[in-house]
Amino acid sequence: MKKIIRLLTVMLLLLSVLAGCTNKPEEKGSVATDGSTSMSKVIGALGEAFELETGITVTYNATGSGAGISAVLEGRCDIGLASRNLKQEEIDKGLVGTVLAYDGIAIIVHPDNPINDLDLETIGKIYTGEITNWSEIGGEDATIVVIGREAGSGTRDGFEDITKTKDKCVYRQELTSTGDVITTVASNSAAIGYASVASVKDTVKAVTVGGVAPTEENIKNGSYVVQRPFVLVTKKDTKLSDSAQKFFDYMISEKARKIISDTGVVPAN
Amino acid sequence: MKKNKIFEDIVHGIFLILGLITVGCVVLITIYLIISGLPAIKEIGLINFLFGKQWASTAAEPKFGILPFILTSIYGTSGAIVIGVPIGFFTAVYLSKVANKKVRNIMETSVNLLAGIPSVVYGLVGMLILVPAIRKIFKVPDGASLLAAIIVLAIMILPNIIKVSITSLDAVPKEYEDASYALGASSTETFFRVSVPAAKSGIAAAVVLGVGRAIGEAMAVMMVAGNVANMPSLFQSVRFLTTAVSSEMAYSSPGSLQRNALFSIALVLYIFIMLINATLNFFLKRDKEK
Repeated sequence: MKKIIRLLTVMLLLLSVLAGCTNKPEEKGSVATDGSTSMSKVIGALGEAFELETGITVTYNATGSGAGISAVLEGRCDIGLASRNLKQEEIDKGLVGTVLAYDGIAIIVHPDNPINDLDLETIGKIYTGEITNWSEIGGEDATIVVIGREAGSGTRDGFEDITKTKDKCVYRQELTSTGDVITTVASNSAAIGYASVASVKDTVKAVTVGGVAPTEENIKNGSYVVQRPFVLVTKKDTKLSDSAQKFFDYMISEKARKIISDTGVVPAN
Repeated sequence: MKKNKIFEDIVHGIFLILGLITVGCVVLITIYLIISGLPAIKEIGLINFLFGKQWASTAAEPKFGILPFILTSIYGTSGAIVIGVPIGFFTAVYLSKVANKKVRNIMETSVNLLAGIPSVVYGLVGMLILVPAIRKIFKVPDGASLLAAIIVLAIMILPNIIKVSITSLDAVPKEYEDASYALGASSTETFFRVSVPAAKSGIAAAVVLGVGRAIGEAMAVMMVAGNVANMPSLFQSVRFLTTAVSSEMAYSSPGSLQRNALFSIALVLYIFIMLINATLNFFLKRDKEK
């Protein structure tokens, strides 16, 4: 009996030592951001410039729009990043969205594909399975391989919203990252996909939509129609920490415009 | 004397805590999965959830049927076993009984290396080489399919099958084989009539271990299977139980039915793996009792 009591005491002592580790000191001089993987470039550039200017570090966790929004809600980060507008149920929970920039979504095909232009309606028909062969729209005789993103992805949400194909898309592949989509389209001459304009590389060809190319200017003036917002998510009733507020103000300031546009997206302010 | 005892007690205490950490993790994960997995099943209905043929988690009228995922996981794993087990089994027999020491050393090293390759590398190679190859060989529009996943999984489970089979084949007492030779049996007869039956339960354990690895793999499969929630078919894009969870988890909003349903899928997968583990224990125990 004595031995057991002694053993328990020792264990309790050890546990209390371990428990001490979890009391993290209040962090000062750092801002935590969390969310959309599509926003990594823009937040990375802004964070770096901000840190250089103020000495406050900015951390970024690439988890996805949904995860970023929940992180703000649960207080696990200062500023959430979403590559879509907030849903009504999220606004009801007390969240506020501030548009930081607009990101164009490029429609990409294999470089060997003779098709150079598609209109929004045709893109919709391809994605809903109404058009299944490239020859129907003046291409070669090959079955169209429709590549998209997974359900819940900001890019997919944005794309399906803009092309009015919500819940109707018939995908051949649903991939979980922009890079995967580009790699897959680059390796299949009959494939079509969509990806952030900023991340499109030379391995694929971005088609013009209704004759308008996905350039920064066209996205800014609204003539390129396949685009979506990059949103900063904060809590309505909770004040940001001083450093987070500074970063927030910095991001929507005049100074940040150039940094934002340098990353290939179009600043909103 | 007393000092010594206190020291002993401290050491025992530390070991006990370390042991309890493992047990605690298992208990915690199990409880967490059950608690977070049950609400969605309750809301959707067990029959609708397990046997529903349609999955559209973000649609305006969401549908949460995971039969395509369950069947895909079963087909994919069985396919990998059908391809992987014969190759792995004969390799093990060869390495354990026939090969000379030098060959065995080289081959065992490469098997170990194969086991150490991260699954994302399998996925990448599959995506860049296997998928386009399937497209060209079978003349299908796109190569990302159940077949691609089966081939990748078959290669991934090879090291497990080979290593465990070798261990159990090596453990067969030499006297058994000597007796067989003494009776005039050829070496092939000896291997398949004496050594293999004697190592039977170890080989069965190897197969079960392979099943466990195949059914739990997510990353490599996600990159080659296409991830569309179709009912499984060899050249169709399919989604496994594992990839169903991992592909949608990042973007699902917390507390939503979609997120809860993903936990329910994880719970189903967990039950599958528990069953496989129970089977494994059964084989290993039977081995010991003999």
